[in-house]
Amino acid sequence: MPFSRRLAPYLLVLPGGLWLAVFFVVPVAMMASLSLQTGNLIDGFRQTFHWQNYTDGLGTYGDTFVRSLWYGLLATILCIALAYPAAYWIAFRAGRRKSSYLLLLLIPYFVSFVLRTVAWKLVLTDNGPVLGPLRDHGIVPSDFHVLDTTTAVVAGLTYTYLPFMVLPVYVALERLDPRLIEAAHDLHADRTAAFARVVLPLSLPGVFAGVVMTFVPASADYVNAEILGGPRNTMIGNVIQAQYFDDGAYPVASALSFTLMAILLAGIFLYARALGTRGILDTPTP
Amino acid sequence: MSPVRRRDALRLAGTALALSACGVKGRAATPDVTSFWAGKRRTGRLSWANWPGYIEDDRATLTAFEKDTGIRVAYREAIQEMGPWFGKIRAPLAAGQSIGFDLMVMTNGIQLEQCRRLGYLAPLDLSRLPNFAAHAAPGFRNPSYDPGNAFTVPYEAGITGIAYNTKYVDEEITSIAQLFAPKYRGRVGMMSDAQELGSFGLFSVGVDPETSRPSDWEKAAARLRRQRDDGIVRKYYTQDYVDAVSKGDVWLTMAWSGDVYTLTSPDVKFVVPSEGGTLWTDNLCIPRTASSPVDALTLMDWLYLPAHNAPLTEFVNYITPVSGVQEIVRRDAAQATGRERADLTRLGASPLVFPSASDMARLRRYRRLTPDEQPRYLGIFEPIARGS
Repeated sequence: MPFSRRLAPYLLVLPGGLWLAVFFVVPVAMMASLSLQTGNLIDGFRQTFHWQNYTDGLGTYGDTFVRSLWYGLLATILCIALAYPAAYWIAFRAGRRKSSYLLLLLIPYFVSFVLRTVAWKLVLTDNGPVLGPLRDHGIVPSDFHVLDTTTAVVAGLTYTYLPFMVLPVYVALERLDPRLIEAAHDLHADRTAAFARVVLPLSLPGVFAGVVMTFVPASADYVNAEILGGPRNTMIGNVIQAQYFDDGAYPVASALSFTLMAILLAGIFLYARALGTRGILDTPTP
Repeated sequence: MSPVRRRDALRLAGTALALSACGVKGRAATPDVTSFWAGKRRTGRLSWANWPGYIEDDRATLTAFEKDTGIRVAYREAIQEMGPWFGKIRAPLAAGQSIGFDLMVMTNGIQLEQCRRLGYLAPLDLSRLPNFAAHAAPGFRNPSYDPGNAFTVPYEAGITGIAYNTKYVDEEITSIAQLFAPKYRGRVGMMSDAQELGSFGLFSVGVDPETSRPSDWEKAAARLRRQRDDGIVRKYYTQDYVDAVSKGDVWLTMAWSGDVYTLTSPDVKFVVPSEGGTLWTDNLCIPRTASSPVDALTLMDWLYLPAHNAPLTEFVNYITPVSGVQEIVRRDAAQATGRERADLTRLGASPLVFPSASDMARLRRYRRLTPDEQPRYLGIFEPIARGS
């Protein structure tokens, strides 16, 4: 094999690799170093290997971590429940209009998600177009509200990350060979059995990818909790954001970021071990 | 278009973080006025960073200034909130690089204090600010957060008090204690900013925030925490309380005077509570790396002539640090007609824009936190609004 041929893969990877090295590896390394420093903005930060940043962060905001993961999990489950039927319908029943429906699904996401979240606020306000009439007709109690509650935050998260579930599930279903379903019917499988034993297992890699793409950003989200949440709905992203920008507490903020990253990585690892990563990259072939 | 919203944009802007992690060096600020200004010349250009809605929509004040002085002003509404703003300017200022602005408006508080202590601000040559010397109102000279006006002069000021919606609240609100009343369970808004929230907590336990001690902070925090855990607080707001109190999502809330004057529905009233209110000041200051500091100084002084300042204050509706403006507003009102006359008359008489002596006497500033105190103060008050 000529030299240049052997070198080619490395050359191809070089631009992306450099990009990641400069804008991902270096910042992460700096954050790792920062997370063990002590000091303040005025006197400067010094490296003291202060592991207490981690225990302090977890000690003060442990409940916030739990809440964030819980919200992320709820949003992910809701996303699966909403996205799977939609993706299924588009993949198998939409015929020629598949791409139109996919586009329809994505159109709202052409608007900045902060704006969309703020718009929810207008809709869901206590005396707004939804809750006002419901209360006037006695359908909900007079002190019922949606804004500033867990419901609002989880609903917002679900909405924000829905396409990240629909698209991978759709791709998995779309490339499923219809002849497999016919074969299942030929082998006396009824529709339920064909779905449960053929379609569902073959679409799981899409669901797996969707779960990762939904759960990770949803758990780390801070926009929905900020705009739609109340005092008891703060997520860890809000805390990290505030520690950086409002407090200048860079070390603790970095330590919290790393803790979150570690928890999410561990979670994904366990999840992958449990369900298997086989098939994420494989094309399901007959 | 009328609405003035000082802290308009969402605080969520900050995503990119330019962080030089290793070794942020500190530097004590020593006013070295002569050496800083030696050799600095007028350039005829000036770049100014301010908050949204903090000048007339048609920039009339800037036009007048350009006509008077021949200095061209590039004006940007670049500042949404102090934390993110400081995050943006810190790295270039620490490296001695330009931030692209010669003049910026910073609120007294943690970030301004950091800029002062880190030596990021140009020391002011007060001998070149004769109008400031002649017309600054007494309450705005030599403030506790910047002794001797070494680095800043006030731009506009405001009061943190209580706004309440008279459609839902059927009694007179006069005190902070009412923000803790169980009958308003789930209908009270508080501010999430640690200095704002902390100050109100301290007022509620009868302590002056400016001279408070850590033991007072603990006591105030315990009270605020109870208020939260009893479900009295509906939400901790950054700036979106205006909508919430206008629509009735919350019935009473901590609020800034200028917002209430211009933005809320007519049902919303603003009061300076009997326990006290917080007086904050937005200040003009010059980053040390400014390329046109002389022009910036010229603008600072120009704004302190009452005739120049009155049109600005008539628009932004915050408290002006320049004395003699109220008389001009009243005179303008007498000369105006129709709607404008009504507006100016209301403004000239407004205790929110021209607070009475008794209101002023009840106003206090945030505590100026030393570098040692700051983490402790934040450690006590920040977690409350974050639900921890």
